[in-house]
Amino acid sequence: MKIVACVKRVPTTEAQPVVSGDGTSLDQSGLQYMLSFYDEIAVEKAVQIKESVGGEVIVVSLGPTDGSKEMRECLAKGADRVVLAKDEEWQSRDARATAVALAAQITAQGADMALFGRVATDRDNAAVGPMVATLLGWACVTDVIELDVADGKGVAKRESEAGIETYEFSLPAVITCQKGLAEPRYAGLKGIMAAKKKPLDEVDVTVEANQAQVVKLSPPPARAEGRIIGEGAAAVPALMDALRNEAKVL
Amino acid sequence: MSTIVVHVEQVGGAPRRASLETLGAARAVCDTVVATICGDGAANAASGLGAHGANKVVVIEGAGTSPDALAKDLAAVVKEHGATAFLVGATSGGRDVAPRVAALLDSTLFSDCIALDKSGDALVVRRPWLAGKLLADMRTEGPVLCATLRRNTFQPGAGGGDAEIVHADANTDFLAVLKDVAAKAADKLDVSEAAVVVSGGRGLGEAENFKIVEDLAAAFGDAAVGASRAVVDMGWRPHGEQVGQTGKTVAPQLYIAIGISGAIQHLAGMKTSKVIVAINKDADAPIFKVADYGIVGDAFEIVPALTEAVKAVKAEA
Ligand SMILES: Cc1cc2nc3c(=O)[nH]c(=O)nc-3n(C[C@H](O)[C@H](O)[C@H](O)COP(=O)(O)OP(=O)(O)OC[C@H]3O[C@@H](n4cnc5c(N)ncnc54)[C@H](O)[C@@H]3O)c2cc1C
Repeated sequence: MKIVACVKRVPTTEAQPVVSGDGTSLDQSGLQYMLSFYDEIAVEKAVQIKESVGGEVIVVSLGPTDGSKEMRECLAKGADRVVLAKDEEWQSRDARATAVALAAQITAQGADMALFGRVATDRDNAAVGPMVATLLGWACVTDVIELDVADGKGVAKRESEAGIETYEFSLPAVITCQKGLAEPRYAGLKGIMAAKKKPLDEVDVTVEANQAQVVKLSPPPARAEGRIIGEGAAAVPALMDALRNEAKVL
Repeated sequence: MSTIVVHVEQVGGAPRRASLETLGAARAVCDTVVATICGDGAANAASGLGAHGANKVVVIEGAGTSPDALAKDLAAVVKEHGATAFLVGATSGGRDVAPRVAALLDSTLFSDCIALDKSGDALVVRRPWLAGKLLADMRTEGPVLCATLRRNTFQPGAGGGDAEIVHADANTDFLAVLKDVAAKAADKLDVSEAAVVVSGGRGLGEAENFKIVEDLAAAFGDAAVGASRAVVDMGWRPHGEQVGQTGKTVAPQLYIAIGISGAIQHLAGMKTSKVIVAINKDADAPIFKVADYGIVGDAFEIVPALTEAVKAVKAEA
């Protein structure tokens, strides 16, 4: 089975982002990057499926050539090769432009399945996976916490407000991965050595123009200064008074 | 004449609050609101949607077990009405179906929006980037503005009249199909839905000690239990309760953080709560920087006292 795992390079979750002078974009200087948290789960699950049913894991990313460090990490953790669709503007692409570009790469690879993180932790849209599935006419289950695939069919579980939902589908399919689906492994020295010999292909792509336009980017309004009510259980009556008479939430 | 299609989710004939909030948001920025609704009990729920701002309700008979088929049904309603926007509440189901609808409409998606406004003839949404560290005001150059709206952020639609109700047949051509739902305990509210969230962190010491958090939540009645990632990773609490950048984003009326330090990734998930209370033994913990009210001290002493005080207030009411 050919499994594609799509990954995105995003600013670290510790990042304290700054708005550029133009007021509509992110100041990229000084940002540190990582693979989006959930994408690591997608890579791990792809490798686990390959280990159980055989096949190939191809990591696909729309991103900058700078991202090869993160891509090598995926190879060290068991992916067979990487296709990096080169795009220096990857951070400012909207969900649709990203989905169209990735769908083309997935088709080019002749994949049976594509795994995505549930959401990329920069734009937080949680849109690209199901969009790719829709563009390709593939089945899709999002936020998956349990997945079994065998003989061209799959069963996936996801958690909603109602409880745990179980879906059945036939391949090809897109799965977006929620925490709990798989625990990303450590690369280990052997993996890191092996990764050096695995192919990392950079391909040129033309990405369609964004529909989404930023009118204004701004830091969120600061919360009004709070206060320490007091210490220990003795402060409980004062807290109750504040909640009831000042904040009026009780 | 601008038209917006709002997909309404319902449970047993009662629309979700998130859907009513989305109707309210749509009502405020367009001429005609068309609601779609499906599933068991849809016909019942449909009759009340006029009062919440819908001018017309399309009941999609038989839909709801396949997200890809539902997306086709919804996209068809958008096209049929020449709508300029498609909105759904940012629930688990809403976030699942919206990108598919957007793709079918050759449009992009704006997720988890916290504002929707008119600027001339265009709609502008505001949405968080990087877990709310920045806010982006955005518009689209695509054919339809597709967006999911964050819960507990918009006012439910009110004061409307009667809506025209029509029926449509669901698409039966589906790819993935829902086979089973293992329902949660009926009294268990989801953190992202509850009006009050009581969260615990590593400061509680061990899993069993979450009892004091659960007791406080129970005293409120309408509260859900939340957790920091640290305690989820240790297996004390299920991931469904995790609040933060890699968990759920919540915006309740009241958020109480107990034994939680307030790491940037945790703050990202709860900073827009209306009122934040922190209980922590370390007066320098970062959680106090976002808290409206803080109590410094031992959770095991403070929380039971707070539980009793809340019980007393609830008993009065
Ligand atoms: C990629 C990434 C994603 C992440 N996503 C999330 C996320 O979604 N959500 C999240 O929460 N974290 C997330 N984190 C983890 C985050 O950085 C913190 O490690 C985590 O939030 C800490 O949890 P905590 O506050 O429970 O524990 P700690 O930081 O250990 O804090 C425990 C607190 O309890 C207090 N305390 C101890 N004993 C008592 C007592 N008896 N009474 C009162 N107070 C007491 C201490 O003073 C301390 O402030 C993420 C991290 C990374 C790297």
